[in-house]
Amino acid sequence: MTAITHHTPDNLLAAYAAGNLPHPYAVVVASHISLCLKCRAALEAHQAVGGAVLEAACQQSVSENLKSSILAQLDAPVTPEPTFQRSGIYPGPVVEALKGKSPRWASLGTGVRQSILSAGREGSVRLLYIPPGQAVPDHSHNGLELTLVLQGSFSDETGRFGVGDLEVADQTLEHTPIADLGAPCICLAATDAPLRFTSLIPRLLQPLFRI
Amino acid sequence: MAKPPPQISMQTVWMLSVRDDRDRVAFANLFDHFAPRLKGFIMRSGTPAGQAEEIVQDVMLTVWRKSALFDPHRAQVSAWIYQIARNRQIDVIRKERRPIPEELREDPSIEPDASHILAIEQEGGQLKQAIARLKPDQREIIEKAYLGELTHQEISSQTGLPLGTIKSRIRLGLNRLRHELKDMR
Repeated sequence: MTAITHHTPDNLLAAYAAGNLPHPYAVVVASHISLCLKCRAALEAHQAVGGAVLEAACQQSVSENLKSSILAQLDAPVTPEPTFQRSGIYPGPVVEALKGKSPRWASLGTGVRQSILSAGREGSVRLLYIPPGQAVPDHSHNGLELTLVLQGSFSDETGRFGVGDLEVADQTLEHTPIADLGAPCICLAATDAPLRFTSLIPRLLQPLFRI
Repeated sequence: MAKPPPQISMQTVWMLSVRDDRDRVAFANLFDHFAPRLKGFIMRSGTPAGQAEEIVQDVMLTVWRKSALFDPHRAQVSAWIYQIARNRQIDVIRKERRPIPEELREDPSIEPDASHILAIEQEGGQLKQAIARLKPDQREIIEKAYLGELTHQEISSQTGLPLGTIKSRIRLGLNRLRHELKDMR
């Protein structure tokens, strides 16, 4: 295993700490932090700033019975919320998005497969499976695209991305990620808009595949 | 006159009593300190008072139930509660569970390191001072950002806050934990 060299940018960490990152990106950032101690430390530093803001918050007096009501509930039995730990190559937040099940892969042709974890108004997050030497269909995108490598590696115009590396691409980057030789590359990818393909055929297929 | 030796804050002492001894008096003290701040903090982003109190209640109950996850080598109590409060607020507003990183627990067999805990508190104190020293408009931007009122596009990568030292200190705190990540690096 080589060290993670591509990290979560600070503005995304701050937005994530504040809970203001759209859901698809939050899944990717939470997954990267699950793999990366450096970014976990940076996230917790942002939480320290949040804590300072909380300490300085204008105080509002609470209802008289709030404290007694809370104290009375301390012994109440609770069903613990499920926590999701890593399963194989999948970090906890991916396992949660998969609801603990295995990915359901759908073919995109040329051996490339995807498993959509969620798609909605805020964008989409999916797993991509790319056989060694294969390219992710040539694409550009409308907004921000985050890609986290979970297995294998890929390379594109900007460099090489191995397990745990996060690629941050915006609309100015037209790139062709190609899976390196070796194990198939499995990535977690989030976009806030449908991917736009630059070649005709995938563009025609796009509505079918929701990529 | 010599400065008095720095002390671990009452909030941390209370939180550790809650975590290690399930101390209700300490919990009540945490409530008295944090509940009015939490309510003010939650209401600032437009949540009505009644709903804000419900969130305060959920947050304080989570503090009690998940106290085992509090690690003073990585966080001050305020930072830890901030994160619980934001998670709860998002869950309530968006009606979906916010994705969170895998939990890392402190290994109970590792002795606490008082000087490390103190260093975290001092870094936290310095952050507070740095925020207090900002010009009002800059301070408001920081508050807005951490209240979740700015998008990631609106947050500048240069907040002007010195986070480098606290990051390294937290990183040392993470290195104390025994977990599989450590073997990966």
